[in-house]
Amino acid sequence: MVEQYARWVIRLRWLIVFLTLGVVGLLASGGQYLSFSNDYRVFFSEENPQLTAFENLQDTYTKNDNILFMIMPKGGEVFTPDVLEAVVELTEDSWQIPYSIRVDSISNYQHTYASGDDLIVADLVEEPRTLTTEQLQSIKNIALNEPLLVNRIISQTAHATGVNVVVELPGNDTNEAFEVAAFAREIKANIETEFPQVDVYMTGIVLMNNAFPEASQEDMQTLVPLSYLVVIVGAFLFLRSIAGTIGTVLVIVFSTLMAMGSAGWLGIQLTPPAMSAPTMILTLAVADSIHFLVTMLHEMRKGSSKNDAIVESLRINFQPIFLTSITTAVGFLSMNFSDAPPFRDLGNITAMGVMYAFFLSVLLLPAVMAILPVKVKPSKTLSSRLMEQFAEFVIRRRQKLFWGMAGIILLSIAFIPKNELNDIFVNYFDESIEFRTHTDLVAENLTGLYFIDYSLESGESGGISNPDFLKKVDQFADWYRQQPETKHVNVITDTFKRLNKNMHGDDPAYYKLPEERDLAAQYLLLYEMSLPYGLDLNNQVNVDKSATRISITLGTLSTKNILELELRAEAWLKENAPEMLTTGASPSVMFAHIGERNIRSMLTGTVVALILISMILMVALRSVKMGLISLVPNLIPAAIAFGVWGLFVGEVGLALSVVVTMTLGIVVDDTVHFISKYLRAQRENNLNSQDAVRYAFANVGVALWVTSLLLIAGFLVLTLSAFELNSGMGLLTAITIGVALAVDFLFLPTLLMKLEGKKA
Amino acid sequence: MKINGIKAIVTLLLISLAWGAQAETAEEKGLEIAIAMDERDTGFHDLTADMVMTLRNRKGDESVRDIRIRTLEVEGDGDKSISIFDRPRDIKGTAMLTFSHGLEPDDQWLYLPGLKRVKRISSKNKSGPFMGSEFAYEDLSSQELEKYTYKWLRDEPCGDWQCYVIERIPAYKYSGYKRIISWIDKAEYRAIKVEYFDRKNSKLKTLIMSDYNEYIDRYWRAGDMFMENHQTGKSTRLEWKNYQFQTGLTEKDFNKNALKRIR
Repeated sequence: MVEQYARWVIRLRWLIVFLTLGVVGLLASGGQYLSFSNDYRVFFSEENPQLTAFENLQDTYTKNDNILFMIMPKGGEVFTPDVLEAVVELTEDSWQIPYSIRVDSISNYQHTYASGDDLIVADLVEEPRTLTTEQLQSIKNIALNEPLLVNRIISQTAHATGVNVVVELPGNDTNEAFEVAAFAREIKANIETEFPQVDVYMTGIVLMNNAFPEASQEDMQTLVPLSYLVVIVGAFLFLRSIAGTIGTVLVIVFSTLMAMGSAGWLGIQLTPPAMSAPTMILTLAVADSIHFLVTMLHEMRKGSSKNDAIVESLRINFQPIFLTSITTAVGFLSMNFSDAPPFRDLGNITAMGVMYAFFLSVLLLPAVMAILPVKVKPSKTLSSRLMEQFAEFVIRRRQKLFWGMAGIILLSIAFIPKNELNDIFVNYFDESIEFRTHTDLVAENLTGLYFIDYSLESGESGGISNPDFLKKVDQFADWYRQQPETKHVNVITDTFKRLNKNMHGDDPAYYKLPEERDLAAQYLLLYEMSLPYGLDLNNQVNVDKSATRISITLGTLSTKNILELELRAEAWLKENAPEMLTTGASPSVMFAHIGERNIRSMLTGTVVALILISMILMVALRSVKMGLISLVPNLIPAAIAFGVWGLFVGEVGLALSVVVTMTLGIVVDDTVHFISKYLRAQRENNLNSQDAVRYAFANVGVALWVTSLLLIAGFLVLTLSAFELNSGMGLLTAITIGVALAVDFLFLPTLLMKLEGKKA
Repeated sequence: MKINGIKAIVTLLLISLAWGAQAETAEEKGLEIAIAMDERDTGFHDLTADMVMTLRNRKGDESVRDIRIRTLEVEGDGDKSISIFDRPRDIKGTAMLTFSHGLEPDDQWLYLPGLKRVKRISSKNKSGPFMGSEFAYEDLSSQELEKYTYKWLRDEPCGDWQCYVIERIPAYKYSGYKRIISWIDKAEYRAIKVEYFDRKNSKLKTLIMSDYNEYIDRYWRAGDMFMENHQTGKSTRLEWKNYQFQTGLTEKDFNKNALKRIR
């Protein structure tokens, strides 16, 4: 049947080429609908509880999406007329940033003080160039003693200061974040030109969002061309056939184009993880072509005509190529179990690409090969002689190899628990991305991008003025201030204390919480009346004045530290203020939980994929036993790879939690090729297990080595990604494929010989 | 054909020049409308009213405040007014006295019953939220002519009425707005709708005024004012009740001492 099909393909070769071009064009035209996502929230599914908690908090108070400018005077001192002038101007300009709703700086900080029975409310810095040395000193003292400002807006040593801009993106258009970032960059450039004595750095959630497409685009410009180069050079070196290389390139280019185009038609939004799909597709697609071409060229060397060689190659390879494509697709499709939608997209796009590659390999590739002139040199290559020696080595040393490998496997598995969950989302970007370097500088000099917010509920309308409630909020804030991870605590009680002092003629003895509820409420009313546009209290108090937000800024922390801190805070609340017990919410918390959530969801995905793949193998190989044996080489590589990772790296996060499932579909290919050749030897040629191993080594050994090495090279290209999720994923996948290669040649044959040794 | 075209353009230019010389500019027309509005609102002497303020956030959480207002008209300057807060309970009895001025910062005193003292608030800010609502203090304070420059934009129907659409640009440096566009009905010079644009000229809020009633055969007051913030999704509704004009209030009801006595 395959033979008839093959003859039909050769006869209709031109038609097939033109039809394929048409279909490719049609599907690829979907690429026009592709857009880059620029919202970190895409990493979280809608049902993610940490995201829900955070969105809930954002709906109650002012949002946290922000841009933070840091001004660093080259002279090392913020409180000089020129630097302050830069701050005032930057603050003014920031109001012009699209969608900005709040701007906080030392200049527009609403300083309150008493003068008799007057409460004076004014910007802390006005017209800085008219200030005297004493006035500058006094402003500096006020700023450095204001808990709202220190380590958030001004550094303790006054060598850096911030302008924090809160923006509320309407979310109608993906260009919004880009628009904001572009405007902010312009402001930064203007300030730096006008005030050469200061450097300006920028960080914030909006810029992080904006770094996603930047990382994607950088990856596209470097990784994709590089992986093409690797695959083309590799294919040519191995095949030593220009026609074969051209055919291979057509298959990989078209399958990538079709898959990315289909993603466009399906409305998938591109994220850095999804952008690793082209590299993966072209790496995976090349294996199909190689298997087809190796057999074809082999047949021609044996003296067959080109067309006969094509027919024979299709006859032998159609089923294994179909099987390996299906299993690879199943592996990638089970990434849909991931809790992080970008990995679902990656899985779906790659699965589509793999299936397109299958169709192209059995349709377009034979047709193109039938058209192109193909020359072969009749010689037994060095590599196949090596394979024969290798087979003899494995058969001779089978006992030692089996126990040696078993030992290595167990040892590696022992190192798996050394892996610790860690998602430091700022470090998702490498130092080639400006956002990362600026964020690191801001974290070093001023404040952090990490924060945890709590909405503390008093349980009654207006209850935030209740002195008992305020006392507990204050204690909670104090507790947080004592934690080593804390950089800044933004809490309403500081405002109450300051107002109480102001209302008592600035007597420092009254810098404490008001003792009567009505008095506290009246202070707040008075204060609210005096605030300018955009600096209201809604960032700290809800409309009903029944709850208050306390916001803790942290240094750049590991997942483990954040989860620990969160637990400590929860324990404190449970013990000291059980009535206002709540969980913290923020992007940091979300990213801290996602690794674990994703591992749990991917575990289900892996089991489902494993069951499906094993069933496919049992049916295809017509052997339940072989299906079960195949589990061993399919599962062990990931186990060893994680063991090696635990030994040398020890940190896993969001990206690595999908690797097991993803590689399952890939490593299964080697097993399929090996076992199907082994069975063919047993069934068609009645060989015993040792000879069947020899047959498998001789027939598929070289192709497996080459395809695996190409896969490893392709995934190693990903390690150059500007996005850490991709580079980690690439490295671990490459390790897994390498281990799979070793297992398939060193362990699987010895296992087969051990289990089937008695068979004559 | 070509010559005809040029001829037509020249004629058009001449006509428009002549028209421009005679007719008033959009700025003049805008100011005229503002003056007409102001005239219709002068001479009421004093008034009292009750206000229920309902705040709503994006999630739909609500919070209600009750306020009594007393206003005394002042010739040649901004009005004097006292707001007495009745709800929420914690601020009951708190009262605010304001002498509003055109381009100068207003004078403001607050009586805090918890402290049993009157405190003067010295601040240039008028753009902050009034009691946490979507109304800024400057939206509610008396609208003196010199607070803005005016420009007539167009005439268009607005709901049941025909309206002038005028643009106001705040003259006060510390205003929160870049510009304000109002729809004023031609028949009675009532504001039907107001759109506020923030300092970066993005649409910030829309105020819809409805349920108008005429008092002592002359003064129109809205019974319902609904302000929606487009940027934050929050809104505030003011419901006005018990409007009374010319109740006999005088200067001595609007000073610091009066503030302390108020219940």
